[in-house]
Amino acid sequence: MPVNHRLALRLLVVLAALTGLAACHPRPPGATVHDPFESTNRAWFDTNLALERALLPATDRPAGPPAPSPARRTIRNVADNLSTPRYVVNDLLQARPAQALVNGWRFVINTTVGLGGLFDPAGALGLTGRPNDFGATLHVWGVNEGAYKVLPLFGPSTERDAAGMVVDAFLDPLNMVLSTNERAGAFVLRQSGRIADRIEYADILEATVLQSADPYVQARLVYLQNRRHFLGEAREEEFIDPYADFDD
Amino acid sequence: MPISTTDRRRLLLAASAVAVSALMPPPAAALTQAEARGLIAQVMTDVQRIINSGQSEAAMLRQFEALFSRYGDVPTIARSVLGPPARSASPAQLSSFTEAFRGYMARKYGRQFRRFAGATAQVTGARQIQSHWEVITTMTMRGEAPFDVRWHVSDRSGRNLFFNLIIEGVNLLAVERQEIGAMLERRRGNLDAMIQDLRAAG
Repeated sequence: MPVNHRLALRLLVVLAALTGLAACHPRPPGATVHDPFESTNRAWFDTNLALERALLPATDRPAGPPAPSPARRTIRNVADNLSTPRYVVNDLLQARPAQALVNGWRFVINTTVGLGGLFDPAGALGLTGRPNDFGATLHVWGVNEGAYKVLPLFGPSTERDAAGMVVDAFLDPLNMVLSTNERAGAFVLRQSGRIADRIEYADILEATVLQSADPYVQARLVYLQNRRHFLGEAREEEFIDPYADFDD
Repeated sequence: MPISTTDRRRLLLAASAVAVSALMPPPAAALTQAEARGLIAQVMTDVQRIINSGQSEAAMLRQFEALFSRYGDVPTIARSVLGPPARSASPAQLSSFTEAFRGYMARKYGRQFRRFAGATAQVTGARQIQSHWEVITTMTMRGEAPFDVRWHVSDRSGRNLFFNLIIEGVNLLAVERQEIGAMLERRRGNLDAMIQDLRAAG
C-alpha cells in the first residue's frame, strides 16, 4: 500500500478512536470514583486475576519479593526502550520539550551504547526519563477521565486511557521503520516488559491490594489515585484532615 | 437605593466573621516548616536503620510498630479510618481497635520496607495545607525511577506527629478507610468481630 494511503488509514483510526471519546461517560465533578460498569469490571478483574495466577505462578500469592533476576531486568529495559519513541511523541503533543529531550536522549544512548536497549546506561547517567502515553495527552488537552474500566488482559484503565492506548499504537514512530513482523515482535517484547513489571512488584500488590477485604475496590482506588498523581492533577480536595472530624 | 435584607444579612455575617477571627488567638506556637521537615527526616533515618540492621522480620515489625506509635498520631489515624462507627464505639472498643490497627499497619506496610534496604531517601520540599504541613520526600532505588512519598504532619495532638502518607498519589488514609469499611461490612457491622479479623490481617 502506498505510504500516503497507509497514513490516511492511520489518521482515520485515530479519528475514530477520538470520536469514540464522545461516547465517554464523564466523571461528575467532585466524584472520586466513577464506575457505572462495575459488574462487568468485576467480572474482568476476577478473570484477569485467575489468568495471571494460572499462567504466571510467580504472581500466585507470593510471600516476598522475587529473587533478583538479570533476565527480568533486561526484559524491562528492552520494553522500556521500545516504548520510548512513543513517550517522545506524547511529550511533544503535550508541549513538554525538556521531557522530550530527556526521553529522546535516553532512546539514542540506550539503543546505541545500551546495545539496542538491553542495558540502561542513560539511567546510570542520571537520565531516568518518564513514561508518557496518549491518555495523558488527552488529559492535557482537557478530555475528561470518563468511567473506570477494567480491560481484558490489560487491567485497570479509564475510558480516556483506553482510547489513548489505541491511538498510541498508531502514532508510534517505530511503525515507520519496522516491518510488520518486527512490529509484532516489538509488541510481544513490550508486553513481556509488562509481565516482568507485574512479577517484580507481585508481593506488594498481593499484600496491599489482593489480600484486602474487597480487592476490586482497593485496586480501583489505588489505580485511580496513582494515575491522577502521574497526570499531575491537583487533588487538593482529596486532602483528608482527620482532626476536622473532631471539631463538631 | 435601600440595601436589601439579604445584602444586609451578608454584610452582618461578614462583619461578625471578621470580629470572631480577630478574637480567636493566632495559632500559637504553630508547627514550623523546619520542625515538620526535621520530624520526617528523623522518621526516615530510623526506618533505614531498622531495614539495614539485618534483624529477623518479626523483630523489624515490632520496631516498625514502636516507630509508628512514636512518630505517628495513631489514635487520630485509627479514629479517622474507622469513620462514623467510631462515634458509637465504646471507649474500650475504640482502644482495642486502635491497638489492633497499629499492629495491622506495621505488619502490612512494614513487610514491604525490606525492598528499600540500600535505597536513599531525601526530604525535597514542604508546603502548608490548611493548618498542617506536607513534607515531600523522594526515594531512590538503584535502577528504578525515583518516587515520591508525602507525609502530612500536624501538632494538633499536642505533639508533632504525622497523620497521613501519600505514596505516588496513593493516600493511605483513604485506602485504609475503604479497607476497614469493607472489613466491617463483611462482619455486618459487628465491630468486635472486625477487630478480631484485624488482629490476624496484614
